[in-house]
Amino acid sequence: MLRSLTVIHALGMMLILFSVTCIMPMITSFIYQDGTLHDFVLAMLITLIAGSLMWAVTRRYKGELSVRHGYLLVVVMWTAIPAFATLPLLLALPGLSFTDAYFETMSGLTTTGATVLTGLDTMPQAINLWRHELNWLGGMGIIVLAVAILPLLGIGGRQLYKAETPGPMKDSTLTPRITETARNLWLVYLGITIACIVSLKIAGMSWFDAVCHAFAAMGLGGFSTHDASVGYFNSPAIELVLIVFMLLAAMNFATHFLVWREKSLKLYLHDSEGIATIVLVLLSCLGIGFFLWWQGVYPSFWTALRHASFNLVSLATDCGFASEDFNKWPIFAPLFMLFLSCISASSGSTGGGIKMVRTMILFKQAGREFRKLLHPAAINPMKIGGHVIPNNIVFSVLGFIFLYFMSVVILIFALLISGLDFISAFSAVIACINNAGPGLGVVGPASNFGVLTDFQTWVCTLAMLIGRLEIITMLIIFTPKFWQR
Amino acid sequence: MNIIILGAGQVGSTVAESLVSEANDITVVDLDVEKLRQLQDRLDLRTLLGNASHPSILEQAGIADADMLLAVTQSDEVNMVACKLAASLYNTPTKIARIRSADFLAHPEIFSADNFCVDYSICPEQILTDYIRKLIEFPEALQVLEFAGGKVSLVAVKAFEGGPLVGNPLSFMHTHMPQVDARVAAIFRQDRSIMPKGDTVIEAGDEVFFIAATENIRTVLKELRRMDKPAKRVMIMGGGNIGRRLALSLEQEYQVKLVEHNKKSCERLASELTHTLVLHGDCTDENLLLSEHVGDVDVFCALTNDDENNIMSSLLAKSGGARKVISLINRSAYVGLVQGGKIDIALSPAHVTIGTLLAHVRHGDVAAVHSLRRGAAEALELVAHGDRQTSAVVGRRIDEIELPEGASIGAMVRNGAVIMAHHDRLIEPDDHVIVFVINKQIIRKVEKLFQIGIGFF
Repeated sequence: MLRSLTVIHALGMMLILFSVTCIMPMITSFIYQDGTLHDFVLAMLITLIAGSLMWAVTRRYKGELSVRHGYLLVVVMWTAIPAFATLPLLLALPGLSFTDAYFETMSGLTTTGATVLTGLDTMPQAINLWRHELNWLGGMGIIVLAVAILPLLGIGGRQLYKAETPGPMKDSTLTPRITETARNLWLVYLGITIACIVSLKIAGMSWFDAVCHAFAAMGLGGFSTHDASVGYFNSPAIELVLIVFMLLAAMNFATHFLVWREKSLKLYLHDSEGIATIVLVLLSCLGIGFFLWWQGVYPSFWTALRHASFNLVSLATDCGFASEDFNKWPIFAPLFMLFLSCISASSGSTGGGIKMVRTMILFKQAGREFRKLLHPAAINPMKIGGHVIPNNIVFSVLGFIFLYFMSVVILIFALLISGLDFISAFSAVIACINNAGPGLGVVGPASNFGVLTDFQTWVCTLAMLIGRLEIITMLIIFTPKFWQR
Repeated sequence: MNIIILGAGQVGSTVAESLVSEANDITVVDLDVEKLRQLQDRLDLRTLLGNASHPSILEQAGIADADMLLAVTQSDEVNMVACKLAASLYNTPTKIARIRSADFLAHPEIFSADNFCVDYSICPEQILTDYIRKLIEFPEALQVLEFAGGKVSLVAVKAFEGGPLVGNPLSFMHTHMPQVDARVAAIFRQDRSIMPKGDTVIEAGDEVFFIAATENIRTVLKELRRMDKPAKRVMIMGGGNIGRRLALSLEQEYQVKLVEHNKKSCERLASELTHTLVLHGDCTDENLLLSEHVGDVDVFCALTNDDENNIMSSLLAKSGGARKVISLINRSAYVGLVQGGKIDIALSPAHVTIGTLLAHVRHGDVAAVHSLRRGAAEALELVAHGDRQTSAVVGRRIDEIELPEGASIGAMVRNGAVIMAHHDRLIEPDDHVIVFVINKQIIRKVEKLFQIGIGFF
């Protein structure tokens, strides 16, 4: 058990690192003079001191992390850091309960984008920036960031990296050293984010809004500085820019990195997962746009297409911006969008859900079963983008899908027991476990998760965490075998 | 010529066999005593045991006086190193290496004189694959051979009852299809050759060799037999080097099924091939063939390493209803036995691939050699040089050239344009002349005719 203190030691170091992230809202607060500066200073000091204490006390146990400790660290960190991230919110917003604050920061770090707060437009700027910064940090992953910046994690770093990065195949590292890989991914992420900020500014946002929305879009988080979300701007240009960057963020960042390193856009054509995502999403936009026009929700096809596209891309990529109250659309459209949110994001992207590559593997597996019946003697490998997928990955995907659906069902039952109506419960769980954001019914885009009871809020918080850590990483530490020597 | 052959495998030994018969001094180097002993028992040549990429072994093999080095071992790397050594240490004039890996072939600059010094690289598997591919493209033909970079083709076809030309004299061909220029180079009737003349009548069952521009092949084939539907479904037995290459080159346009008995190879094949259905099983397993609908197969290719298995599985396929059956047969004794029986085409890899090598061994400027009728006849692409004074062919009309009996000129390629050989055509310098030789004995005479100088000064 003492060996587990290594985890605490590493966690201490992470908290020290995390406390640095308070500097950005501090600067914001200083510029806008919104009166939250001392809150952030206090929050930063508490985090720093807590982290340093953990680090110092357990210094004797410093050492390489084993595979098990890697999983443990990831889970412990993903529960502890949102807790520390609540400090500025609790200090600056009196009356906010810890449950709601924890939901809000978890929603930020897991890039869900569901919120319990109202009155965002009048919120202190620093608080809004803090929420969006959490979105952005959580997008590429705090551990990947830590691996990139701190060489301290050593060999265990690869293990942590694997445990946090979404997708079924994580062995393809882009550079010989994991630190270098993580650093390059963050650099690409940073570069695209800056491009997004500039594009949003040109499309007509203020600098502050541009930074916040770029953070939310690139992390596929979906927080907004306005209660009406992106609908507040009512600008096709802004929506178009966000659509483009959300789709970029929903692709594997390894592809972006390769394109940047080889300076060749052709490499996008080799990313069959990304292509599948984009084709599926664009076709769905056309389909839903047509459907809304046909149902008479919008008078002209182009308006229907515009609103369908933005909200569909936003939900399908697990971002969670909204420009219209799609809760009021005929039920097929929002349910289909929630369905897309389960499958559309690529592995290695900042989105959540099952991931496109797992969907493709399952589809091909179904095809394989048919072929097996027609040609019993055939050798029938699973291939994605010309590469053979070994059978053990197929099995792990099948296992993942089972756990995913079981989690969804159990969490929905938990919400139903607490008295929530079915559509709200169903959509809340789907939206949270996919890290998408708004659901339907009482948690639809026009309202928010603030209406839920404390118990329901905790269930949704759990769903977000399970979804972000791709279930297996999370559930493994609750198995008895994990704690046996 | 003094020739050193590295590697006594299938390619090495067949090359040795045909080169010995053309009066060359051959030394064969290999690591396998048994193979060398068998070769020495059979043929009049010298053998040497040792590693072909070691200078001392090359030295013992007599590389210092060799005119040509033929590196055809199993390993691309050994072949390349041997060529480099021969060039650097002994300045051997001609160096030919067998290179199979597409990775090397993708960078031809590594073969240049500054690098590995490979004058010509050959890949027998690729030649064979291309050859079979042609047969699948033209399922009616027995043999399709290309000259002058694919501009001219020589096609062998069995004349069938129902073709418009069958039962008519050859001169009828020009009146029947005036827009297409083709020449019948030879006719074989019951294994005896007939020199075609204007009044020769084609009979059903004749094996007709004709020369035409490549784009006209289909039209001419139509004259000689009823055309079938083009092939669509191909089944390949054996996923070795040839089977794999063939499947790879066919899978875009045809429905390909590939049967291989080694599970590991199957998995490798399945990962490399995109549209091909890779089946694991024995190629003589009639249940497998039936369950995979061998009766609907248009072309069935048995390409395993084992002659007997190839023959048996081809017979099974034919009796199961496959339309055209091609079988790869290494032992030349078998080839004669099965060809023309139930098996439509018996392919001898040695005869298909030897031509490429022979082109480099021959005297004069020979651009291509194709071995026909199991080595009994030959078609050559010779380049005419010189002028009326120095050459026996240049500046002369075709009927003025003193070709030996049994040889005929089929066509010329001049600056990329195909010219059919009529008796009054003139041959100009640098023409590529395609000559059909019925009898191997007179090849030397034909070559001599195209060499410059001798007897004209």
